[in-house]
Amino acid sequence: MLSARTLFTNVLRTNVASRFSSTLVIAEHDDTKLAPITLNAITAAGKLGSDVSVLVTGANASKVAEQVAKVSGVKKVLVAQDEKLKHNLPERVAPVVLASQKQFNFSSIVAGASAFGRSVIPRVAAKLDCSPISEVTEVHSADTFTRTQYAGNAVVKVQSSAPVKVITFRGTSFPPAQQGGSGAVENAPSSDIKTDSSEFISQELSKSERPDLTTAKIVVSGGRGLKSGENFKLIYDLADKLGAGVGASRAAVDAGFVHNDMQVGQTGKIVAPVGFGVIELYIAVGISGAIQHLAGMKDSKVIVAINKDPDAPIFQVSLA
Amino acid sequence: MKVLVGVKRVIDYAVKVRVKPDKTGVVTENVQHSMNPFDEIALEEAVKMKEKKIAKEVNFQLPFHPIICLASVIIHLQVVAISMGGPKSQEVLRNALAKGADKAIHIEIPDADIPKVEPLHVAKAFQKIVEKEKFDVVFLGKQAIDDDASQTAPLLAGLLDWPQALFASKVEKADEGHLKVTREIDGGLDTIKVKLPAVLSADLRLNEPRYATLPNIMKAKKKPLQKLAAKDLGVDLTPQTKTLEVNDPPVRKAGGFVEDVPTLIAKLKEKGLIKH
Repeated sequence: MLSARTLFTNVLRTNVASRFSSTLVIAEHDDTKLAPITLNAITAAGKLGSDVSVLVTGANASKVAEQVAKVSGVKKVLVAQDEKLKHNLPERVAPVVLASQKQFNFSSIVAGASAFGRSVIPRVAAKLDCSPISEVTEVHSADTFTRTQYAGNAVVKVQSSAPVKVITFRGTSFPPAQQGGSGAVENAPSSDIKTDSSEFISQELSKSERPDLTTAKIVVSGGRGLKSGENFKLIYDLADKLGAGVGASRAAVDAGFVHNDMQVGQTGKIVAPVGFGVIELYIAVGISGAIQHLAGMKDSKVIVAINKDPDAPIFQVSLA
Repeated sequence: MKVLVGVKRVIDYAVKVRVKPDKTGVVTENVQHSMNPFDEIALEEAVKMKEKKIAKEVNFQLPFHPIICLASVIIHLQVVAISMGGPKSQEVLRNALAKGADKAIHIEIPDADIPKVEPLHVAKAFQKIVEKEKFDVVFLGKQAIDDDASQTAPLLAGLLDWPQALFASKVEKADEGHLKVTREIDGGLDTIKVKLPAVLSADLRLNEPRYATLPNIMKAKKKPLQKLAAKDLGVDLTPQTKTLEVNDPPVRKAGGFVEDVPTLIAKLKEKGLIKH
């Protein structure tokens, strides 16, 4: 009897949700410009077949909101500008998302699967008692998605019955939304932001003139075979010649040759989408091709491997 | 101070997984399993904290003493490993005990239910334990290498309403009751301060996990391992995500070797991938 009632309310809830289906994208930015992954997330959000709203939180949110309003497909931009939201700590962003959810009752709440999205999305999902879905690579319908597991070795199609679909999208799987929108900008509902639980201290971002690893058309990556940080200069020179981004294997990062944010693989950055022609060429130099590394790059259009060992697993995915 | 460390039994990272022909999942029978690598790192950090004897002095009143008696004691950090999974998760917990955990808790679920367990269920079960046993820190890996969800830590932080410090590559003691955590983020690193109690998740470069030595493996057999059934915790395990099908990733066309650099460049030019 009880279960029948639960079933009934669930059905009712699903119906109501689909009738007013709408998606909230949580924007990521650095106080001056929108992070490119948010544009990929907006495209993915559009595939859920609903109105797309974008929430911009931060100390300088209004400025970023104006940029977001011009993105194609964005109906509404909610702005939460507050000094407390500087650096967008998840403990402070989550209450704003929840207040917006309470007022507008979105059927999905989504973000790009970056460090920021992966921090905020599950925290919000917990408060809504919803099972989130991470790093979606394909949207089949408003409740059916594809994602990968086991470092990209299993492609899983899932159907979510969560009352609200709380999702992160893999940026490289969706093309960025273009300019040409005229969304309405309005203030997000106010929320109680507590500031005592966490505090931002500092950040150390590595600066590079080279194309960003997740959006570069060509990537040149070095591994343990480079033997030293100095030898990575060869990789940089080749990359500059090709106008490429520079990546690295975990071994190269662990050995201290390069910075951690250059790591490509299951636990680092995923480069290489298929179908959008973003990563056209991936050149792996001195990389054996562990399962974890392949997870990050094996969808590149053309892979070139330069390696002394003819049996290196990297050759199983490379076409030279 | 008490630290709870979540450890998951997963297919060993070096195993090449095989998708089942009926597309319901991957083959897990007779496949090498081990502790999720990120959980090993989380556990190592907790054990290191214990070894550094991060302790605090507390004043307490003996409960049955007629006169109010204040004494000062040092409370050492206690590390409790927890795992939610099938009966074989106990192997992973014994391994955690051998690596320095003081106690283990096994939230047991039948083998058949393992594929239905979602990070949200795990987070809810951990929440119950944390609330009952009053932990100060929960340490988890940043993601399990099987489902690659990367959700349990922020879900648990959300459920408990605790601050979260994810993708930690350095954990230091800050002022009283706080931890300073350096995190691996997309563009580099950032440093935040979180107030205890808090949930942390470990990234790859936090530390080098130790190996369990034979004497410690023997000692671990005598350490307490508490068993609980998920249903006794009163956690609703109804799945919200249904797996429709599991497939192999698309197979790449086999490549070929080239003799020298000029041939490679000529081939890439031919495909229009490089210009000069």
